[in-house]
Amino acid sequence: MTSRIGVVTFPGSLDDGDAIRAARLAGAEAVPLWHAEPKLNHVDAVVLPGGFSYGDYLRGGAIARFAPVMELIVMAARDGMPVLGICNGFQILCEAHLLPGALMRNQHLHFRAQDQLLRMESTDTAWTNTYTEGQEILIPVKHGEGRYVADERTLDELEAEGRVVARYLSGNPNGALRDIAAIRNEAGTVVGMMPHPEHAVEELIGPSTDGLGFFTSLLKYLTGVP
Amino acid sequence: MARVVVDVMLKPEILDPQGQAVANALPRLGVAEVASVRIGKRVEIEFAGAGEPDLSVARQIADKLLANPVIEDYTVRVEP
Repeated sequence: MTSRIGVVTFPGSLDDGDAIRAARLAGAEAVPLWHAEPKLNHVDAVVLPGGFSYGDYLRGGAIARFAPVMELIVMAARDGMPVLGICNGFQILCEAHLLPGALMRNQHLHFRAQDQLLRMESTDTAWTNTYTEGQEILIPVKHGEGRYVADERTLDELEAEGRVVARYLSGNPNGALRDIAAIRNEAGTVVGMMPHPEHAVEELIGPSTDGLGFFTSLLKYLTGVP
Repeated sequence: MARVVVDVMLKPEILDPQGQAVANALPRLGVAEVASVRIGKRVEIEFAGAGEPDLSVARQIADKLLANPVIEDYTVRVEP
């Protein structure tokens, strides 16, 4: 049976189309989900895409967290459904308390859109199991509010439990504490990341195809087949 | 109409680059005696009906939506 990856569209989502393409390229069935409809349509996993859901009117992700579909996603995620939050999706996961910490205005206040080198650290998650620990990958970042912050105790816990999924290499684009680009929940099913793997899945338009692994990892996790 | 004012400020330990940018611009105004600037939000909530507003509702609004308690503190007060 084909794995079904739901991709949520909020008003202001930008990267839902690319996330759907990436899911299909990886071999999954992509299922569009609508923010206002409290239906998950039997998906096996969900991607919260990048963009400016509800215009970032209050804080990134703060209003999207209360979207009707999000209540179901939060409940399903607590029961083990894999969720990947990319950029704005990462902000939503933090606002929904599925991941600790918060994403704040870039330290230098500039929007950053560039190809970014990352080092993969936690590779036993639903979304990163096809990478090797220490592997360096090149995928785009594009955000104005990507500075990951959490209190020292939370940061120490994340490090001690191996929950830092990826760190920025060769320069930190936003001032994130401890160069954190991506983190995961305790179970390794929920991953939040500022960089955009869905923009690096095809030679023609991406800086690499390094991002495809996030989606193939999920299929491997769901089906048990490499 | 009863008005409740919610002030939302970044926690003291959280870096505020927006406030720093403002502080850095002050010398251009000829102001030299400012040590630091921090920027927050003031939210005014008008409750329908007469009488005292329910502060517990206002606190719920502040805690769940207006502020992110991970990075921000807030105060809630009734404005006469």
